[in-house]
Amino acid sequence: MADFSSSFDMPSAGSSENAEAAELQRLIAVEQQKAQFQAQVHNFTDVCWDKCMDKPSSKLDSRTETCLVSCVERFIDTTLTITNRFTQMVQKGAH
Amino acid sequence: MDSFGSDFSSGSSSGKIDSGTIMEQVKVQIAVANAQELLQRMTDKCFKKCIGKPGSTLDNSEQKCIAMCMDRYMDAWNTVSRAYNSRLQRERARI
Repeated sequence: MADFSSSFDMPSAGSSENAEAAELQRLIAVEQQKAQFQAQVHNFTDVCWDKCMDKPSSKLDSRTETCLVSCVERFIDTTLTITNRFTQMVQKGAH
Repeated sequence: MDSFGSDFSSGSSSGKIDSGTIMEQVKVQIAVANAQELLQRMTDKCFKKCIGKPGSTLDNSEQKCIAMCMDRYMDAWNTVSRAYNSRLQRERARI
């Protein structure tokens, strides 16, 4: 995915222009957060499609829909489990 | 992916930042990148699902499969988006 981070130095200007620049940075940060959410949805959909979809049909049946929801939840749980356990391993001095 | 580049110079001689135009550009660029990501992943999944041994053209059944697959992929994307959003809200409520 594209790197959506942007930082720019504003030249020292009047305080009203600084306030405008700060507000602009805040608005851009909001859009970046939305973009990060979208990027995660793309990743989850990619993984969970493989887990849950059989042959494409004329609509998404409830079993598949349930599978997709569970897939997202369990993927996040897995991420948290790995993060926590890895943190413990590092703290104990494991490689 | 296209880099997130934006021209932050203003057109007006006063040097003031035109926040409205910049935010419009930001939103458009993010939306375009999002659509590109969606199409790229959708193409990958639907090619895998629908095209067996590649022939000299896409036959009717392959065309129909691709159309259905696109609809199902977007349904799946929306389901995943809702599931992820719910999870985020649940996690925020815990803090």
